[in-house]
Amino acid sequence: MLTAKKVRLWYRIHKWTSLICTVFLLMSCLTGLPLVFSHEIFDLSHPHVEDDDPSERMPEYASLDSIVAQGKLKYPGEKVFSLGYDDDDRLNVYLGMTPAWNARPDERHTLVFAAHSGRYIGELHLKHDFLFTMLRLHEEIYAGLPGELFLGCMALLFVVALVSGAVVYGPFMRKLDFGTVRKDRVAQVKWFDLHNLLGIVTLAWALVVGVTGAMNTLVLPLFALWSSHDLPQTLAAYKNVPLPTHLSSADAAIQTAKAALPNMEVASLIFPNNVYGSPRHYVIWAHGKTPVTGRLFDAVLIDADTGKLTIVKGLPWYLRALEVSRPLHFGDYGGMPLKIIWALFDLVLITVLFSGLYLWVSHRRAPIENALDKFVELEEPSAAILPSGMEAR
Amino acid sequence: MSQPFPYRKVYGTAMILAAITLYGLLSALFGDGVWDELSWVALSVPLAVIVWKYSRTSRQE
Repeated sequence: MLTAKKVRLWYRIHKWTSLICTVFLLMSCLTGLPLVFSHEIFDLSHPHVEDDDPSERMPEYASLDSIVAQGKLKYPGEKVFSLGYDDDDRLNVYLGMTPAWNARPDERHTLVFAAHSGRYIGELHLKHDFLFTMLRLHEEIYAGLPGELFLGCMALLFVVALVSGAVVYGPFMRKLDFGTVRKDRVAQVKWFDLHNLLGIVTLAWALVVGVTGAMNTLVLPLFALWSSHDLPQTLAAYKNVPLPTHLSSADAAIQTAKAALPNMEVASLIFPNNVYGSPRHYVIWAHGKTPVTGRLFDAVLIDADTGKLTIVKGLPWYLRALEVSRPLHFGDYGGMPLKIIWALFDLVLITVLFSGLYLWVSHRRAPIENALDKFVELEEPSAAILPSGMEAR
Repeated sequence: MSQPFPYRKVYGTAMILAAITLYGLLSALFGDGVWDELSWVALSVPLAVIVWKYSRTSRQE
């Protein structure tokens, strides 16, 4: 049983955590809306293989070495960085090329090839790209890792706001039936009821998206930690091995990886470099084939000089946990209906944020706290903690 | 304190909706096909409750 004093404290927690994170949350909700449909928008606005082209659905895949050769002809001065299949139907291969290993993402080139015929399809331009802009705003507000961690803190504040909101919901709703919206009352009461209804009904969804959002901001730093600490330890024996003067075949490297992990599917291959992975190895990322294992990645390291298998390395448990929970933030794991449901939840959350802001602005002259203060002064239990205008019926 | 706080009345429906939501979120994560469809049904429930509650109160006026 909450005393009036405790209700006032929880109410303050709800008010302040909400106020601090609302602007960033609104930005996240608005940029997140198109990102839910990023796959569809991507296909509309970027070069890709047509899904219904039968000549692009042959059983055999094109040689990746020939795709690399095409890329080198197109940008002779650049280094080949990565090869990756699209994670949908594997009809497209993306070839990453870069002027320097430490170049910024927007200085790199990404060429699109048909995975089966090896035909050149086009190039991705990310510099003024709508989705890329939305993604950068959503993930890091154009402030890199600090921006990402800041948004992670905002997500945690959001979670605190949700929990405290659910706590103060109780005393305010004591005398009302679930989901009552008193439309015939003044705007403040009506919006108060709506804020309560929308907030409590979507609480579980918002908690899951908030927690996984905060978790996602940890993926990059933890992955960087793993690849800069764990991986070099594994490769310590190779420290004095001279760098490969020529690279063995990428196709052969993928065949070797497939033989080592027969039940997995190769997603991407990183070429030897001294920024990510290893300067002496191909790093091949593979994942399982079921809905859950499809999100769990193993790395296969192939000696780039000899083409021999060096080691198969799974990610540590904390990165695996983060990988499995990532989809719960995006809503892209259950077909188009789930995406639409996700967008609707997102719109409800936007309404909760706006109604919360409205209630705060409209109560600034007579804050709800004043009413709660009175109850604390009277040392009256929370039997009727309903500030003026908010009382039931 | 006069009466015990009516937790069941105030939070009961919310808890059921939260359980349905969590089921819907996990069903599509750990399964495909029919599990996706069950997820759509489950996650539509809270959205339907919003529409139902919002429209119901207007008719009572």
